[in-house]
Amino acid sequence: MKLWRFNGGLPSLAEHKNESTHLPIETAPVPSQLVYPLRQHIGNAATALVKVGDYVLRGQKIADAQGLISAPIHAASSGTVSHIADHLIPHPSGFSAPSISITTDGLDKELPPSGQPDFRQLSAADLVSLIREAGIVGLGGAAFPTAIKLDNQSKSRRIDTLILNGAECEPYISCDDRLLKERADKVIEGVNVLLHLLGAKRAILAIEDNVPSTFKAIQTAVNQNNNPAISAAQIPTIYPTGGEKQLIQTLTGKEVPSGGIPADIGIVSINVGTVYAVQQAVIEGKPLTSRIITVTGEGVTTPRNLEVRIGTPISTLIDVCNGYTQDADRLIMGGPMMGFALMNDQIPVVKASNCILVASKHEAVTEKQAMPCIRCGLCASACPVSLLPQQLYWFSRSEQLEKAEKINLLDCIECGCCDVVCPSHIPLVQHFRYAKSALKVQHHEKHLSNVARERFEAREARLAQEKADRAEKSRAKKAALKEKPAKETIDAAISRAKAKKQNPSEGEG
Amino acid sequence: MHFLTSNAPFIAPQNSVQRMMFWVLIALLPGVITMIWQFGYGVLFNIIICLMTALAAEALMLHLRGRPILPFMSDLSAVVTALLLALALPTLAPWWIPFIGALIAIIIAKHLYGGLGYNPFNPAMVAFAVLMVSFPKSMTVWMLPQALQVDSVSFSDLISLVFQQQANPELIDAITAATPLDTMKTQLGLNQTIDEIRSASVFGSLAGTGWQWVSIAFLLGGCLLLAKKIISWHIPVGVLAGLFVISFIAYMSEPGLSPSPTFHLLSGGAMLGAFFIATDPVTAATTTKGRFIYGALIGVLTYIIRTWGGYPEGIAFAVILINMTVPLIDHYTQPRVYGHK
Repeated sequence: MKLWRFNGGLPSLAEHKNESTHLPIETAPVPSQLVYPLRQHIGNAATALVKVGDYVLRGQKIADAQGLISAPIHAASSGTVSHIADHLIPHPSGFSAPSISITTDGLDKELPPSGQPDFRQLSAADLVSLIREAGIVGLGGAAFPTAIKLDNQSKSRRIDTLILNGAECEPYISCDDRLLKERADKVIEGVNVLLHLLGAKRAILAIEDNVPSTFKAIQTAVNQNNNPAISAAQIPTIYPTGGEKQLIQTLTGKEVPSGGIPADIGIVSINVGTVYAVQQAVIEGKPLTSRIITVTGEGVTTPRNLEVRIGTPISTLIDVCNGYTQDADRLIMGGPMMGFALMNDQIPVVKASNCILVASKHEAVTEKQAMPCIRCGLCASACPVSLLPQQLYWFSRSEQLEKAEKINLLDCIECGCCDVVCPSHIPLVQHFRYAKSALKVQHHEKHLSNVARERFEAREARLAQEKADRAEKSRAKKAALKEKPAKETIDAAISRAKAKKQNPSEGEG
Repeated sequence: MHFLTSNAPFIAPQNSVQRMMFWVLIALLPGVITMIWQFGYGVLFNIIICLMTALAAEALMLHLRGRPILPFMSDLSAVVTALLLALALPTLAPWWIPFIGALIAIIIAKHLYGGLGYNPFNPAMVAFAVLMVSFPKSMTVWMLPQALQVDSVSFSDLISLVFQQQANPELIDAITAATPLDTMKTQLGLNQTIDEIRSASVFGSLAGTGWQWVSIAFLLGGCLLLAKKIISWHIPVGVLAGLFVISFIAYMSEPGLSPSPTFHLLSGGAMLGAFFIATDPVTAATTTKGRFIYGALIGVLTYIIRTWGGYPEGIAFAVILINMTVPLIDHYTQPRVYGHK
């Protein structure tokens, strides 16, 4: 299979996969408390369907999607709703947000699942609504509602290629690797569902070439499945090859248009964990209530992959991995390149959580002495999107946001490559994140002021129109008066007066 | 359990300014050693005076500008500037030449423009140009290469030459010579042909006697920088290609009146300039395409200055002039961003 190379990237980033990948997936126990932030996907927050005191079963929908871009949430075990209030959420801000808390009863009673093994009998629309109802979102980290990807796109443009993203390019993370090693057949079943749904010609399952044993497992599953449309591809291990845009470029040589989506070029790309969730939802009838999470780093005693109920507090996962070591220094959700640090381990894992990295001091560099930029251009050579980070930095730092936007700040994928190669140790990505959000605020304010201006102008126009209308009315009235010859009125009056004179008795009567 | 937070990426930086500068210094070593072998200890005097002056000036300026002295001193950038200037200076220059040069480079060309990262012109080349324009006579006292020295020069002679300038004029005449580039320019001006000129002893098999080995040593050091990925190939290849192509065209059209491309590439500061001076990231273009163009322009301009300008060597002026075009080059050579037409 012909492969393409995206610009830059980090080919020699230390992988740190071995720590967690040698042990099989273990199922984490049901915690005493499950917490569900109502917004754990891109789009609108879900709305709670339960109230405090309600008894819920595993698989029961406890919050429903609100609007098109949203996803429902399901309870991961049986128990009683204990709070619906603000709770710390996994977010870089460290904020709290509305969440549903369930006190579990340990019985783990489940709604009877109703699978559709005969998925080929279902229409695309039925499948999409099944997937939507199962609360499936992108499990690679973005948490974009999967149903939208599958739905809108099949309508707007023909999809010919389905890409299954098994390229776990971030160091430390191995949940997709373990999933493919242990459950490749189920993933391939999920691929069949998606192929049927999308009507795509081919599906490519891509993984990096640093996990040959996993590739073998996939090959075996693909061969057993015997669907010629599905193929597996090994791609070079270069961070960030698992980024959607970079993977599409690697496999097809095509680029997703700036500001567009893969469907614009006939491609849908889905993480393999998400495919597994689709298989579970469609064929086995189980909504998304658990996922595989890598717990790793020098800060945990036994790094490994766990099958975790969504809503479980991080502390439970740490306990399963035999607790913290002396070296535990930072708690990071996601990988070391694009993850974010958390303040405490009472925060629950959400659908998007693929990794808990408990980093030691030397694993997570947190203080860098930034020196002046020497314009060496290593950042530009490393940028997988071919941006000029050093120029962007200049404009971001001096708040010249329009200029930064003009040289495509918004195309930055925040992968962190520039940051890692910078010899001056400038926190470039932080500058870009700041500039992007400042730009967003600016756009929003512009939008608001535009709306306000339009409203004002509309009002002015309406008032002017009313005034003009009034003027026109009175003018018409006057004109009408003028038009009606005055003489007639006067004559009529005179004749009335004459008549009066001639008949004075009438007037007295 | 509670944790402190910070921002991604958490991976330790893979590189540092200090490491890059360190490798530049290492890569200069073959050239330094060859120069000392060919031109004697005068090279060492230049290096020591430049280094000491530059470091003192750097510390002073950092202090005056209220910058932390240790982190900035340890980036080694002042050491590189000092060394590059020292290697560009004539080997028998009086002591105040490297002294003034280093002050100009660090104080004026570097810190008055905002320090490391902000200077638009290559500090070492600014200093060289100022010295060249201000003290033309002292900037031509190149010692004869070792192979051509009739009388060996004692260390004490050298000291008195560099520090007291009391040596007798005969000695100076006996041990100094015009550089091959200089000789070439003067003789061509006297309507000599290339063959006649090249028969003089200052010319060796490839270019200038002695000089050719220095150039090859800098070329080797440059290859080390490429291998260690401290520099990319675009600038040095650009410089050498620019110089080669234009001198090749001239050589083919007027072989009797134009020196060969080999002579141009292995004479004067071509190799030092291509691999160590033009590649100064602060003052060079930053885009990949732009870097090649930037280098090529330096190569071509060097040839133009050497051939038609007032100075026998044009690297320094070419670098400074092309430094000025960098914003323009960068503006017009931006790479196509992913997903854009």
